[in-house]
Amino acid sequence: MAKTLAEKVWDAHVVRKGEGEGANAQPDLLFIDLHLVHEVTSPQAFEGLRLAGRALRRPDLTIATEDHNTPTLDIDKPIADLTSRTQIQTLRNNCAEFGVRLHSLGDAEQGIVHVVGPQLGLTQPGMTVVCGDSHTSTHGAFGALAMGIGTSEVEHVMATQTLSLKPFKTMAINVEGTLRPGVTAKDIILAVIAKIGTGGGQGYVLEYRGSAIRALSMEARMTICNMSIEAGARAGMVAPDQTTYDYMSGRPHAPQGAEWDAAVEYWNTLRTDDDATFDVEVDLDADTLEPFVTWGTNPGQGVSLSQSVPNPADFGDENAKAAAERALQYMGLEAGTPMKEIRVDTVFLGSCTNSRMEDLRAAADIIRGREKDPNIRMLVVPGSARVRLEAEAEGLDKVFKDFGAEWRFAGCSMCLGMNPDQLEVGERCASTSNRNFEGRQGKGGRTHLVSPVVAAATAVRGTLSSPSDLDPAPEPVAEPAETPSASHAA
Amino acid sequence: MEKFTKHTGVGVPLRQSNVDTDQIIPAVYLKRITRTGFEDALFSAWRKDPSFILNKEPFTTGSVLVAGPDFGTGSSREHAVWALKDYGFKAVLSSRFADIFRGNSGKQGLLAAQVAQDDIELIWKELENAPGTEVTVDLESKTVVCGNIVAPFEIDDYTRWRLLEGLDDIGLTLQHEADITAYEATRPAFKPKTLPAKLS
Repeated sequence: MAKTLAEKVWDAHVVRKGEGEGANAQPDLLFIDLHLVHEVTSPQAFEGLRLAGRALRRPDLTIATEDHNTPTLDIDKPIADLTSRTQIQTLRNNCAEFGVRLHSLGDAEQGIVHVVGPQLGLTQPGMTVVCGDSHTSTHGAFGALAMGIGTSEVEHVMATQTLSLKPFKTMAINVEGTLRPGVTAKDIILAVIAKIGTGGGQGYVLEYRGSAIRALSMEARMTICNMSIEAGARAGMVAPDQTTYDYMSGRPHAPQGAEWDAAVEYWNTLRTDDDATFDVEVDLDADTLEPFVTWGTNPGQGVSLSQSVPNPADFGDENAKAAAERALQYMGLEAGTPMKEIRVDTVFLGSCTNSRMEDLRAAADIIRGREKDPNIRMLVVPGSARVRLEAEAEGLDKVFKDFGAEWRFAGCSMCLGMNPDQLEVGERCASTSNRNFEGRQGKGGRTHLVSPVVAAATAVRGTLSSPSDLDPAPEPVAEPAETPSASHAA
Repeated sequence: MEKFTKHTGVGVPLRQSNVDTDQIIPAVYLKRITRTGFEDALFSAWRKDPSFILNKEPFTTGSVLVAGPDFGTGSSREHAVWALKDYGFKAVLSSRFADIFRGNSGKQGLLAAQVAQDDIELIWKELENAPGTEVTVDLESKTVVCGNIVAPFEIDDYTRWRLLEGLDDIGLTLQHEADITAYEATRPAFKPKTLPAKLS
């Protein structure tokens, strides 16, 4: 029978098929290939194991890092906040007790869990990947079935290396065409979410397809899959191809020699059959896409950067209208204001959505030789300690620091404001992260979700801006940075 | 997990869509390492506003939350469910739930009952016209009763069965441990392991 990519990966992991058919069927028991763990959603799960006297079944398929609750300054000193310090120490104690590999603050492999997995080559096509974090969907960029789980499920995976799940429906997101300069993967996914809504993907696995997706790098595909959850989908996937294999080849945990050949042979089968059908298909035109930005307090409330703040009265649905009114009030915005006239206070470049090398390079290319708006605070938080080291080897840290941005240590940082990196009440932020919820980046903070190049252009002009709004950068008089990168289509 | 068959309690109308997990419980409360004691964290930003529904009598004693569509969107934090339960909620009614929130609720014995938006609107009106009206959520018959309103709700049969029986998921799965072991033996050698650690 013809199958979609998601169905193939699902079927390959069924330990035990649920009894019954259709809506009354019991869930399938699925084997989990990789369990990523961090400090925030794991302590209660480890405690559950301890109380029940259960072992962690597969430490060799489990890996932990510290990211959500870690400082991005002074990481060589004890964490100032006692509750945060206790949580980090609890993870360290638990990993030692249960034999889990842990990359702690200060370690070269520490960082945001969704940056670390792919970077180490642990995320591979055709795997099932879970983590107690909703942005686990990121790993779907490799053709893995990857999803966020709650703490009870974390404990379940620890104890059994499986999850009980009911099959998802499938949704194709077809993105055809060629992105224009300055338009990126982030704009694709923000446009998808605006189109299908924050609940549009509920109950589905999304598969991103089409020529525009094929043309994207792995890091850009990760940006897209990352925000599947913002469209309501627990998982999003891209079929693996040569771009995937090139990214993986040579990474520490990638297969080698004959195993690599066997793996590629299998990975080549991981694509939706030509005669397979999706439950739903959605089309998006890449040719006409513009840089996208959110105006409201959920990720579906977005428009093209060239447009204006919408008028709630124009929303047909009563709930959408009420939500828009409330959002504008919270965001301190007037309907009809051009998005590009909105002045921001802070620019945040980071998060599991946009904190990888390409994101940093793309932003650095925009600001190199330009001056920061004096009223803007800019935070650059690499996704992992490894990314930070690589960026420094390329001299990107110097570009950011010369511009007047703060160059921080790796972690989730201001994406969720658990650590001291937070917005003040009423402060407005252009953020490359994934959620613009009320108070997400700090109590009373206002978030506009943007791509790294829009974030960088905004830091130059002080108002929400696309790179095409900038005056040409002056010719560099001094020597250019070590390895200026040529192009970053994504 | 405690068995859930039927619950009756004061209904709380929360006329809002997209109630995300950062509103249910902001990230600063996620630093705790316990599984209980999150009642103070529930809707903590909104509760600072005296006009917020949970600050008004008789809703402070509410145990059935009646919310707009797309409840529980956002993060996977099970703390959102713990906070609702710790506050005293036994059931949440909405026309659409985020997948992860719905799953987490089922694991923790909080009933996430999917009710058609038209019925939600009727229940909202009833609860606003007669504050303190009790809502009965009957899992056996999959119905909600509020005043004269009787509405069906949806929940998947497996979760319903587990809630009715109060069954622990891990215990159920471990009954099939032999199947897990058999599956493990068939995994291809090229699949990665985290141990021994390989570094760049």
